[in-house]
Amino acid sequence: MKKINYIIISVLFSLLFIVLYLSLGNEKIYNTQDLVGKKISEVEINLFQSNETFNTKELTNNEFTILNFWASWCGPCRKEHPNLVRLSKIKNLKLIGVNFKDEKDNARNFLRENGNPFDILAEDKNGKNSVNFGVYGIPETILIDSELKILKKYIGPLNIKDVNEIRKIVKK
Amino acid sequence: MKNILKALILFLLIFSESYGDENLSNKILKNLRCLVCQGQTVHDSNSDFALTIKSVVKDKIKEGNNEREIYTFLSEKYGDWILLNPPLKKNSFLLWFLPYLLFVLGVIFLFFLIKKPKIRL
Amino acid sequence: MLSKLGILFIIGTLFTSLSIIFLTFKELKVIDNLIPSKIYKFSLFQLFFSISSFFVLLLAYILSDFSLVNVYENSHSNKPLFYKISGTWGNHEGSLLLWINILVLFSSLFLFLTKNSDKSFKILTLLFQNLLIITFLIFLLTNSNPFSELFPVPLEGLGLNPILQDPALAIHPPLLYIGFVGSSIYFSAALAALISKIDSQSFAISIKSWVLVSWFFQTVGILVGSIWAYYELGWGGYWFWDPVENSSLMPWFVMTALLHSILVLERRIGLYSWVIVLSILTFTMSVTGTFLVRSGILNSVHTFASDPSRGLFILSFLVIMVFSSIFIFFKFSPKENKKYSVFSKEAFIIANNWFMIFFLGVVLIGTLYPVLLDTITGSKISVGPPYYNLILAPFLIPLLFLMTSGPNYKWISNEVRSLFNLVLVLSVTLFLITFFLIKEKNFLINLILFFSIYLITQTLFDFYESFKKKNINISRIISHLGFGLLIFFIYINHIFSVENNFNLKLGETKKTDYYTIKFVNLEEQSIKNYKSIIGYFNVSNKKNFTSKELRPEIRVYDKPFTITYEASINSNLFSDTYLTMSNISDTDVFNIKFQVKPFMNLIWLSVLLLSLGGVLNFFKRKKYEKN
Repeated sequence: MKKINYIIISVLFSLLFIVLYLSLGNEKIYNTQDLVGKKISEVEINLFQSNETFNTKELTNNEFTILNFWASWCGPCRKEHPNLVRLSKIKNLKLIGVNFKDEKDNARNFLRENGNPFDILAEDKNGKNSVNFGVYGIPETILIDSELKILKKYIGPLNIKDVNEIRKIVKK
Repeated sequence: MKNILKALILFLLIFSESYGDENLSNKILKNLRCLVCQGQTVHDSNSDFALTIKSVVKDKIKEGNNEREIYTFLSEKYGDWILLNPPLKKNSFLLWFLPYLLFVLGVIFLFFLIKKPKIRL
Repeated sequence: MLSKLGILFIIGTLFTSLSIIFLTFKELKVIDNLIPSKIYKFSLFQLFFSISSFFVLLLAYILSDFSLVNVYENSHSNKPLFYKISGTWGNHEGSLLLWINILVLFSSLFLFLTKNSDKSFKILTLLFQNLLIITFLIFLLTNSNPFSELFPVPLEGLGLNPILQDPALAIHPPLLYIGFVGSSIYFSAALAALISKIDSQSFAISIKSWVLVSWFFQTVGILVGSIWAYYELGWGGYWFWDPVENSSLMPWFVMTALLHSILVLERRIGLYSWVIVLSILTFTMSVTGTFLVRSGILNSVHTFASDPSRGLFILSFLVIMVFSSIFIFFKFSPKENKKYSVFSKEAFIIANNWFMIFFLGVVLIGTLYPVLLDTITGSKISVGPPYYNLILAPFLIPLLFLMTSGPNYKWISNEVRSLFNLVLVLSVTLFLITFFLIKEKNFLINLILFFSIYLITQTLFDFYESFKKKNINISRIISHLGFGLLIFFIYINHIFSVENNFNLKLGETKKTDYYTIKFVNLEEQSIKNYKSIIGYFNVSNKKNFTSKELRPEIRVYDKPFTITYEASINSNLFSDTYLTMSNISDTDVFNIKFQVKPFMNLIWLSVLLLSLGGVLNFFKRKKYEKN
């Protein structure tokens, strides 16, 4: 074999090994962060208290909106709830809570015990509507702007860092 | 002769047993990855997420969506990772193209290794 | 105590390995043809220490000695004895110790059993093999020590995943390790052959048995893994193109190519460079596979608990291995300038090699692409069964065709054989019968079916001819027949598999097109380390009025807390009836998955037939040598 072939092969292997080395630091657990920057779909969401629905298109009236998917049976949702209460105090940020695969009574009790931070309370009894938002587990929180563009996706409970991050984004 | 007959009977037996019925729903669900499981399709998983997706896919089929539309919908919401058959996009171009390139390169390489045949009459 | 004893034996192994490296290196300069008995003695000691260390770990598991971290993390006193034993290699550290043992075993066996008289070849092989052994020993001692202690000693272990408590899975790793870890010996031998410049034919003869043995165990190891997946995982499939499965398949492709190339090299001078490269490539793919599985860069059902530090070590080792091999090949490259005639046996074997390398490439691309894409661009995509099936299936057709027509060509000849013969006519007839019975519309599948029938018919004819001529060379015929049958049954199974998914309560009946399924009874049982809910179902076939009883289970294990769904499978030669059930929470409704899978046992038997050819060739060789 000519010398050049050896060099080509060595270079190709080197590149491969470098990338494999870098891969060792990859985030293993999948998340849907890819979707940041896309717009959420315009769908009908069922309201919690009544039989009515509202369309996410109406959220363009808000400067910023948070969609939070939660349930009374979900431990981490309980943990993050105080952070949602904190966020509810921000003026130009509206909170939509989507009660996910839950019993209405349990949900009401949860809110009564922990406070209701939501401007609009919605429900998704069978969890199918949440698929429209790319939700695959709860709690999950999506921050959108007035053009319905996804600014941030939080998978798992919100912590203080996330709250501060949201504050910063919303203040601009 | 006997062997051929035996084979025939065998085939008749299979035919009378059962015939495959892969319907569209199953086909799609087998092409979707269960996001909360480790390496299972939505079709094979009984997790909460999988059950929801199964239900959503069934609804979409009833609404008249075809296979491609359903895959597009789900990959828009969950990313391409949910599709076990990687769609042909800019980032998967190499993935689909490289095997065929590899095969062609191999044939060329072999061509140099093998003499042209002498035709004997 | 066991911990200290184990470490002592490991150090013994390390010491003897270092000695062997030192001695063989010194011996390279000595120009005679005798390997000093010192080397043999040290090799025996090395084997003794290595096996002893393994037995110490084994004993620790049997006695449930939780002072060892490894035993604590992976075992439990309630585990049945058989699974305590198999738990020894069912984890990262223990399996690494098994790796080392096989490396050492093959090293000793090579030294004692190889009939090749070239001294420098033998000791160079030993040298390289021991360099591998040292590397893994250092890895074990610094990063993955199965003998590390825990204080205070816990009273009970954390238990082993119940899905891993299965006889097939217990023997699956040892079988595979003899396969791809065993390939280390011809890796070392290839490098040794280059440097010692031994005659190419004698090299082929020297490594042929090793290649046969490792190929056989790799084939059977993969088979057992698939059988386990089919019976245990409950989805009714047997191959998912999961990265870990792919990691065992990739070395297999190279081994198969190597095996065929040795067939050429052992009889005539030719393909020497191929054989060297393939020998090096097999073990390289084995190490790559281990890297992929243990580093944590891949997402899979099968992965060991992963750790990037392990990944780094294995990757570094892989880098050194690959570049050293490239360097040695460059410096000592064999001078060969052969061209082969198109219609000679060599050409067909080169073509086979090409297919194997191509399949290897596709599987490697499919497995690595998501990882590389993620690292480079951050976007995540999945590459699943549809990709592999779409790309690989069409290439089965030329492969099957070449397998059918290739072997009938003579060595170095140049005639175009006539394709029209009885076999072809018969195959077409059989295929047409099949087609009219099955009525499969997919053109590609029909082509594959035809060519597999063609291969099957041809090999059966060849078998008959061999039998008439009392020719004992049937290993190729048996293996190719096995392969043809395998492809045929895989596709028939795919076409005729039936699946129904429905909800049922106790006492209810479900009617499908051809079957009636009645939920007859429900039982709860408490067994040693789990509670089980058993469902009894009567499945009757409407067409032939047969009835089977199936009993799927839901098992709840307590240490660790796991729920598994055990499939109930009624197997006969031609068809499997497969049932799994799961409970819909807070209801008395069960979700039932009912499947009929034809020809499963024939698929397994085809693979066994395929591997049988290898066994026959191994023993045939021995007979040939004795004469």
